[in-house]
Amino acid sequence: MEPKPTLLKILDIVSILLLLIATGMVFFYTPVEAVMGQVQKVFYFHVAAGWVGMLSFLAAAFAGIMYLIKSDRKWDIVGLSAVEIGLVFAFINIITGSIWARPIWNTWWTWDPRLTTATIMMLIYAAYLMLRAGIEDLDRRARFGAVYAIVGFLSVPLTFFSARLFRTIHPVVVGTNQPGAEGSFDMTAKMLQTFLFSLLVFSFIFADLLWHRIRLGRLADKVEQLKLKTME
Amino acid sequence: MSTAAGKSQISIRRSFSEYARAVWAILWKDLAAELRGREMLSAMLVFALLVILIFNFALELDAKTRTSVTSGVLWVTFAFAGTLGLNRSMAMEKDRGCLDGLLLTPVDRSAIYFGKALSNLAFMLIVEVIVLPVYSILYNTNLFNPGLIMVILLGSIGYVGVGTLLASMAVQTRTRDILLPILLFPVVLPVLIAAVKASSGFLQSIPMSEIWPWLNILIVYDIIFIAVAFMVFDFIVEE
Repeated sequence: MEPKPTLLKILDIVSILLLLIATGMVFFYTPVEAVMGQVQKVFYFHVAAGWVGMLSFLAAAFAGIMYLIKSDRKWDIVGLSAVEIGLVFAFINIITGSIWARPIWNTWWTWDPRLTTATIMMLIYAAYLMLRAGIEDLDRRARFGAVYAIVGFLSVPLTFFSARLFRTIHPVVVGTNQPGAEGSFDMTAKMLQTFLFSLLVFSFIFADLLWHRIRLGRLADKVEQLKLKTME
Repeated sequence: MSTAAGKSQISIRRSFSEYARAVWAILWKDLAAELRGREMLSAMLVFALLVILIFNFALELDAKTRTSVTSGVLWVTFAFAGTLGLNRSMAMEKDRGCLDGLLLTPVDRSAIYFGKALSNLAFMLIVEVIVLPVYSILYNTNLFNPGLIMVILLGSIGYVGVGTLLASMAVQTRTRDILLPILLFPVVLPVLIAAVKASSGFLQSIPMSEIWPWLNILIVYDIIFIAVAFMVFDFIVEE
């Protein structure tokens, strides 16, 4: 068994500390939003989780392209790891969003472009995992996974645009707002700092988890090879 | 110099005509097989009519609701009947070992993709050509609208383009029959959204300027996904 790399250990500790600081900032540093009150504080981790969800999707598509070019198993492990992490964070994104939407929009759910896209992204992740589960051959599983990650990633922006042609009520906090958005607010300096810090923190957590998951995938491969060796 | 350029031009033209011949051969093979058995087309057709029948009772398609939901009903019907056809068309190749035979032929792999996609498109269009007048008669609505027919063509191209690619993956897995819709529907959603909106736009004679964005999405989708399928199909059928 290979020891855990020192850099990974450091990254673990840094991620945990950063997450604690970010949580502290959300609760004690940021002001309470005037109209929405406490529930607005979910925004910092909500957007950060969505960001990680998108980032993993991008990472999975990139790993897919690299796998098809190089056919190196390393990239297959990266792709699978990114999808698994992305699924969890996309789910956190949707749950925190619902918690916010219930008091602000007066509904848990609405078919807004962002919500539709987030759901479709999760369904594509789930389909990716089901596709892999149905294939025994390692090489074929990796190839099909890579192709599906690319195809899925390309369809997501189109889903977003087509859903956006319907009217949206989701607030655009960063950038210009569309008319009709509900629950929008202007960020104060402290809010903006916390928001950007949360994005950074979640990116660290993403990197840390991805590294762990890739390492796990490699160790699983090694165990598999050892098993085959003992059977011979 | 000019002769060399001319020669390479001739060889490009020749290789292109060979490519087109390979695509045509696969398309013809599928059409001929279907013409003899008619297994797939009849299943798709009966299924499509059953879906419309179910919608009739599920949505109570009276004259008032009909105007707003017709395009939705049509596209759900086409999408469901389409998966049936896609699954069958690829499973047929896999089960009888035909796929291995096709892979042995000395043609570019993407020619196989285009041949299969064209035959799937042909089956889907045949189903649509029959379903449309039947729907018109059953619900007393006029569906003969050139705009609608163009939308159906564009939507079917996108659907079949990505569907053929995903079906060739799905048939090579353990859970193949249930896997195709799960893989296909989340990816093909933009086509369905845009096609439904554009179809109902034409049926309700909404001004063209409001339909164009939807047509643009359909066209962009068709181009992107056929190009991607062309690039990655090699990896799907590799042994």
